[in-house]
Amino acid sequence: MKLTKELGTAAIAILVLTVILGLAYPLVMTGIGQVAFPNKANGSQIKVDGKVVGSKLLAQAFVIDTGKKDADGNAITRPDPKYFQPRPSQTDYSATSSTFSNRGPNSAVGRFFFRDALASYLDLERKYDPSLTAAKVPVDAVTTSASGVDPHISKANARIQAHRIAAVRGLPMDRVDKLIDQHTDGRFAGVLGEPGVNVLELNLALDKEAPAR
Amino acid sequence: MVQGFVQIAIFCALVVAVVPFLGSYMARVFSGDRTFLDPVVGPLERGTYRLLRIDPTRGQDWKAYARGVIFFSLAGWLLLFLILRTQTLHPWNPSDFHSGTWDLSFNTTSSFVTNTNWQYYAGETTLSYFSQMAGLAVQNFVSAATGIAVAIALIRGIIARRSTNPVLGNFWQDLIRACFYVLLPISIIGAIVLMSQGVIQTLGGPIADIARGPVASQEVIKELGTNGGGIFNTNSAYPFENPTGLSNLFEMFLILCIPASLTYTYGRMVGSRRQGWALFAAMSVLFIVSVVVVYIAEQHGTPAQHAAGVHTGILDGSTGGNLEGKEQRFGIANSALWTAVTTVTSCGAVNAAFDSLTGIGGMIPFVDLGYGESVFGGVGTGLYTMLLYVLLAVFIGGLMVGRTPEFLGKKVEAREIKLVSLGVLVTPLAVLLATFLATATKYGKPSIFASGPQGFSEQLYAYMSQANNNGSAFAGYTGYYQPTPGNIGAHGITFADLLGGVTMLGARFLPIVLVLAVAGGLATKRVAPAGLGTLRTDTPTFVGLLGGTVVLIGALTFFPAILLGPVVQGLTDRLF
Repeated sequence: MKLTKELGTAAIAILVLTVILGLAYPLVMTGIGQVAFPNKANGSQIKVDGKVVGSKLLAQAFVIDTGKKDADGNAITRPDPKYFQPRPSQTDYSATSSTFSNRGPNSAVGRFFFRDALASYLDLERKYDPSLTAAKVPVDAVTTSASGVDPHISKANARIQAHRIAAVRGLPMDRVDKLIDQHTDGRFAGVLGEPGVNVLELNLALDKEAPAR
Repeated sequence: MVQGFVQIAIFCALVVAVVPFLGSYMARVFSGDRTFLDPVVGPLERGTYRLLRIDPTRGQDWKAYARGVIFFSLAGWLLLFLILRTQTLHPWNPSDFHSGTWDLSFNTTSSFVTNTNWQYYAGETTLSYFSQMAGLAVQNFVSAATGIAVAIALIRGIIARRSTNPVLGNFWQDLIRACFYVLLPISIIGAIVLMSQGVIQTLGGPIADIARGPVASQEVIKELGTNGGGIFNTNSAYPFENPTGLSNLFEMFLILCIPASLTYTYGRMVGSRRQGWALFAAMSVLFIVSVVVVYIAEQHGTPAQHAAGVHTGILDGSTGGNLEGKEQRFGIANSALWTAVTTVTSCGAVNAAFDSLTGIGGMIPFVDLGYGESVFGGVGTGLYTMLLYVLLAVFIGGLMVGRTPEFLGKKVEAREIKLVSLGVLVTPLAVLLATFLATATKYGKPSIFASGPQGFSEQLYAYMSQANNNGSAFAGYTGYYQPTPGNIGAHGITFADLLGGVTMLGARFLPIVLVLAVAGGLATKRVAPAGLGTLRTDTPTFVGLLGGTVVLIGALTFFPAILLGPVVQGLTDRLF
């Protein structure tokens, strides 16, 4: 009898707490978010001509379709030289399905990945900055992020790519550098986190500043 | 690196600053004193008691208290399993996700009821918003509250004057008060802070191929309750869960604030703040060693990167280091700090990929789990586990000086030491047994992703994490194959799902029952005044003895296993 009552208490308890903590609380927070932070609560969307093109918090690819397909039938793309390129992504910048790369420290497969990433980075940028060597390539440019959609690149990475952007878009270097500075998210209060250049915002600003020819 | 250490110092200072405030507030909440929230929360609390038809002032003995914990967890388990199995009937399921396989649901349910939040599933491609909110998030709250309740019951047992009355308190009252006075208010404020930083909170479905969800409300309790199960698969590395340097600091703070403050609560309740600070000191020393080691290790690259010719040093405008599996906005310092924070506590949320850590950096999560949740640990679980180690240290100290050990005036006798030894050893036993079963048979193999020592690391870590109710992962390890989003056509790895689930349940509830048995035993003991020969438990010497005991037991248990995985990789440039 006593046990039955205790089991009953347990069942009522979880139901009551589910209503309060599992329905009332998140729904109220959703209401607050939608009223107080409508843009942020919905994903910091960026709209161009009224259409959602992405989120300022999520990286996306800036590539050209080569028209070729790989063995699995997926289109082979190459980086679009008109745009700053985000960090490599394990998930092809998927914003619907994120996963870690799980590339271990002593992974033989990992070595090939890093080697290829470094080679294609040098291949793309060296044309516009002949003095570029592997020792000058910052590590964020050739490693995948944790989320697959890291919106930022390091400033060192952006400054290397600036040579290419300036040449392709016919912009003076100091103008590109200025745009980089404008779209760098600094440390919070000058202390917390690491500075990063927001690639999507920077590219949209570039398109406004000097529409690609 | 100076900038990084400054950030780490700021974080530690914040935690130290909040400990007395939150600690004494919780002491008031669980002593039944008035708090400033009474006018708001009081009616809700009393209404809940009426619905439960319980008298909160009626004390329970340790067996009744333990039954409360078990029955409540059982009810929660059944409800969550039901929710996860009926996804097609849910409201707020914009992407029309089906339920996963039954073995995955078993693992996930056990995972959340035990405060583990081990995730074989990927949130944004498998779970409805209803499952997240009404299923998982509820367990985030109540499993944390259960941990706090058990810790408080142990404290009450320690301070009880010799008495035959049931003095451990009332589980239902402790559960409700932990939820309504501690977890919910902080969550409401915290969710607003996170939303101001860009964490999303919406019931709308995907837009422009961007998955969304009610993230902020869940993110905050996931950290605060040291749960760790993210809505997104890449957890707090995903920008929608953790968008800025400030949100990152705040989330780490949420993880550590309750486990750290509970030491102060303990000091207040036993009537000597020094006792609380002594525990805090022992925990802090081990924690800081972890942070420093993992930071320095990650600032170096990996053998694979060096072999590929990647420059991993610091450049002007780049932090350098092993940025594989890390986010630019956190850099090395904040990823390293988070890694230590989430593994010493039983949180398990991550903002960087553990599987991509360097060998020595990756050793730290193993070492932290080897402490068995005693270094801050989960909310509540950390304090009660550390108190078991305190009893053990008192016993060892007593043997050294040749006196009957006593703790806060109570004799520690054979019954206590038997229960304590069991309590301390259940979790390591579960780890080693489960890892043995998975490694020695062919059934563990399908779960392993990496080759060489990293593969063994993944497997060992999977069971270490699940047994310690942590939930972080060397995430190559898998228990579930999902060909397309929505679970259709997916299949689970039944062995990994079931073994993990059983490990989590056993390593959570056996220690809880043992802890409550210790509390019940201590409550009935006569209090003797401290004499000259009494080993004081609030001195630096004792802090050293306590820390040494924790390290010694962890090392004796896990050193050989850890050597086989991360240490091997830390010592060689060979690629596998």
